[in-house]
Amino acid sequence: MNLPNSVTKIIQGLEDGTFSSQELTEAYLNRIDNLDPEINSFITVCHERALLDAKNADKSRSNGSASKLTGVPYANKDIFCTKGVRTTSGSKMLDTFISPYDATIVERLGSQGMVMLGKTNMDEFAMGSSNETSFYGQVNNPWNTNCVPGGSSGGSAAAVSAGFTPLATGSDTGGSIRQPAAFCGISGLKPTYGRVSRYGMIAFASSLDQAGPMGRSVEDLAHLLSPMAGYDPKDSTSSMVKTDDYSGNLEDALKGKTIGLPKEYFSTSLDRQVEGVIEEAIKEFEKLGANIVEISLPTTSLSIPAYYVISSAECSSNLSRYDGVRYGHRCELPIDIEDLYKRTRSEGFGEEVKRRLLTGTYVLSSGYYDAYYRKAQQIRRLIKDDFANAFTQVDAVISPTAPTTAFEAGKHLDNPIEMYLGDCFTVASNLAGLPALSIPAGFVSGMPVGLQLIGSYFQESKLLTLGHMFQKSTNWHQHFSRDDSKGAQ
Amino acid sequence: MSWEIVIGLEVHAQLATSSKIFSGSSTEYGAKANTQASAVDLALPGVLPVLNKRVLDLAIMLGLAIDGEIASESIFSRKNYFYPDSPKGYQISQYDKPIISKGQLKFVNNGEEKMINITRAHLEEDAGKSLHGEFERSTAIDLNRSGTPLLEIVSEPELRSAQDAVLYLKELHCLVRTLGICDGNMQEGSFRCDANVSVRKSEDPELGTRTEVKNLNSFRFVEKAINYEAARQIRVIEEGGTIKQETRLYDPEKNETRTMRSKEDAHDYRYFPDPDLLPITITAEHITRIAKDLPETPWNKRLRYLKDYGVSSEDAEILANSPETSVYFEACMKKSTLSPKLVANWIIGELSALINKSSVTISKSPIVPERLVSILKRIEDATISGKTAKHLLGVMWNSRSSADQIIAHEGLSQVSDNEFLEKVITQTFTDFPSQVQEYKAGKLKILGFLVGHVMKKTKGKANPAMVKVLMEKHLRQSI
Repeated sequence: MNLPNSVTKIIQGLEDGTFSSQELTEAYLNRIDNLDPEINSFITVCHERALLDAKNADKSRSNGSASKLTGVPYANKDIFCTKGVRTTSGSKMLDTFISPYDATIVERLGSQGMVMLGKTNMDEFAMGSSNETSFYGQVNNPWNTNCVPGGSSGGSAAAVSAGFTPLATGSDTGGSIRQPAAFCGISGLKPTYGRVSRYGMIAFASSLDQAGPMGRSVEDLAHLLSPMAGYDPKDSTSSMVKTDDYSGNLEDALKGKTIGLPKEYFSTSLDRQVEGVIEEAIKEFEKLGANIVEISLPTTSLSIPAYYVISSAECSSNLSRYDGVRYGHRCELPIDIEDLYKRTRSEGFGEEVKRRLLTGTYVLSSGYYDAYYRKAQQIRRLIKDDFANAFTQVDAVISPTAPTTAFEAGKHLDNPIEMYLGDCFTVASNLAGLPALSIPAGFVSGMPVGLQLIGSYFQESKLLTLGHMFQKSTNWHQHFSRDDSKGAQ
Repeated sequence: MSWEIVIGLEVHAQLATSSKIFSGSSTEYGAKANTQASAVDLALPGVLPVLNKRVLDLAIMLGLAIDGEIASESIFSRKNYFYPDSPKGYQISQYDKPIISKGQLKFVNNGEEKMINITRAHLEEDAGKSLHGEFERSTAIDLNRSGTPLLEIVSEPELRSAQDAVLYLKELHCLVRTLGICDGNMQEGSFRCDANVSVRKSEDPELGTRTEVKNLNSFRFVEKAINYEAARQIRVIEEGGTIKQETRLYDPEKNETRTMRSKEDAHDYRYFPDPDLLPITITAEHITRIAKDLPETPWNKRLRYLKDYGVSSEDAEILANSPETSVYFEACMKKSTLSPKLVANWIIGELSALINKSSVTISKSPIVPERLVSILKRIEDATISGKTAKHLLGVMWNSRSSADQIIAHEGLSQVSDNEFLEKVITQTFTDFPSQVQEYKAGKLKILGFLVGHVMKKTKGKANPAMVKVLMEKHLRQSI
């Protein structure tokens, strides 16, 4: 079958009976089997389980108990615990870990009748911006397989881009949904911190981690965000603020909306051609009736150092549980407990994870805490204040998602600082806890460019409207890296 | 120049909640290993803690009872260290913002009232247990206890003797049990204590270097361990050595303390605020609500017993120190106009003796307060003697019959029929003429012998007080 190119069309087809969920699921699975060897976007593909779920979904459709998303296939980033299915977080440490429970969002999407195709590849424990740190091998960008797909949700982004799944979940600690979405030419949303439950999402940096939807268009994101969002009593940091009708509020005139252009974001580190694409996109927004005003976010340059101190500190503690005692990797024949810890963790973690664990342990050490961790938290407060100030004048802040398009694999592997600097436009919204959307805005040398819109707290709906109205008048999101008609047989 | 011992205590009181502090698992003691360990307690990837709000109520109760400051905002922090029975690799505790600070606790040593400042009391989770020796060449881990809520109560170094330390600890033990926030079971580890001990010359303004002594799981061990450790420190200093700051383990079998880890080996716990938990906020309304139903502290209860009931200070202490006993005593007083001293005597004496012999507690005693009161009433109205009452109590322990039913059935009522008594008394005077003469000659003590004889004749059913009065009357008349 020819795969439908939007979730809206999938829902339509399932409702009309043009195709069944089983046919659809089988088509996606075939496509993964045929084309993913070149991309490596999945760690685990759940053939039997997906087909069984699809069968049940078709049953619900026929007996009238289906909801809108029943039978719609999707993929989970391998950071989300899935009951009975291996959940690795991209690490050797969890290579053998089969989760005995479902993450809250997995449970919620499952109860909608959605069909999980499998678990997508990712940087180890979500630490990375290129998907090169995965124990399961790097993911290749479907637009150019010599390039990285971005990270850490690179598997999800590549899978959506290549048409292996219409939707995927991702997680974003410092840009891990938005940057791979930008590099792979798809749409991705990092919701407000607390909007989506973190229960069952393997922690990297608890105060920054946020799960979100990834898909081809903003309209598709809205479909997936609705069941993901909402208060979860199992996550103390999840919010009780009411969710919006994300799909229902997409259409709205942009006349009277004000978009802020932070001057600090258009600095020397930004690729000129990427800047050109963003300038065109800004013109498009103006054409749609939005006001563009220049704003200032003076603490921008501090966000990368603050982010790497806080995220490393939190991960050094969060990853302490991987000790070889209860589950996961354990070294062979430990001679004592010290040996068990040392060898298990030396063998189980990759280089980038170790680098961050060491950094995090250092910045929390007695005598260094004030100079690093406390200082970083103070900067975090200033960054929040900067944005709070900006949102008194504007509805959203616009910027490129990343300073460049997808780079070649291996380019930054020897220089982690260079890799970290690539997160300069994304980390601030994690530090401030703000929602941020990345959508395709054009191409540079055949590689997609992402545009970022940052909103105020719980303004997901407003961001989605801005993105949707942009996509209604442009077609960047309809450029696909792989022909949807191939490989599904 | 004499030596002064300086002690500060850290008490871990297990809070009496039915589920754990951050998960829904049961906290019941003694279950099969690892049957009370959920995904959260096992620290599976992705799980998150959710605070059991009940622990806040219990902490607030302590805060109110020690007149401490209850923080309107306090924070959970992570204490990072690797140990197999610490499944997350960190313990959730409180560091720079504890829920309770600046309280006081009073106790009495040898009639002298002392007040000790409590630096802080903070919430934290307990670790699991490492079981050595269950499996060959392996250590087993039981995570049932992991995540059990604890309140760590830290005193200032203001205690000056092992005896003071024990009395402070007993007062605190009594307080948490009375408040109902901890069951105080020291064998099961519900109430544990570590002691910080140092010594100095009494005129020295500076504190000496301290050691922390662990594994003190009874009041007796606290006293012995502190005395041992203080003597050891004095010996080291007098021999020209210095005290090293370290953690020492008390060995009750050898009655000595040994180095567990030195300061150099001390962990850098890398405390930082736990990002998985929101700050704890406590409103004035919350505190007021808890204060409204706060049980009376043992200290105040003792004062009230002395003042309102006129019992001795020893009795007031025994009655007030056990929450169950004080509830029992007050139930008795509420249900009668009996003399408080009589009630106290019987609870502390005969009833306690029966309870100690059986395995029940006073709150589960078959002699409920109403039944004890019904016995004591018959003493007060002279129906039975104290001796008979003791017998009656024993019968009632194993019977459902009322006191009056048993008195009637067994014929226990004292004879208080004057005419009958007069006859026995007259006969006794006839039978013992020389003793009567001795009494008249001024040897008044001999009366006891004569009264005893009447009691013997009446098989103990006569009221001895009444017999005495009647005999004196007769003897005086015939002088």
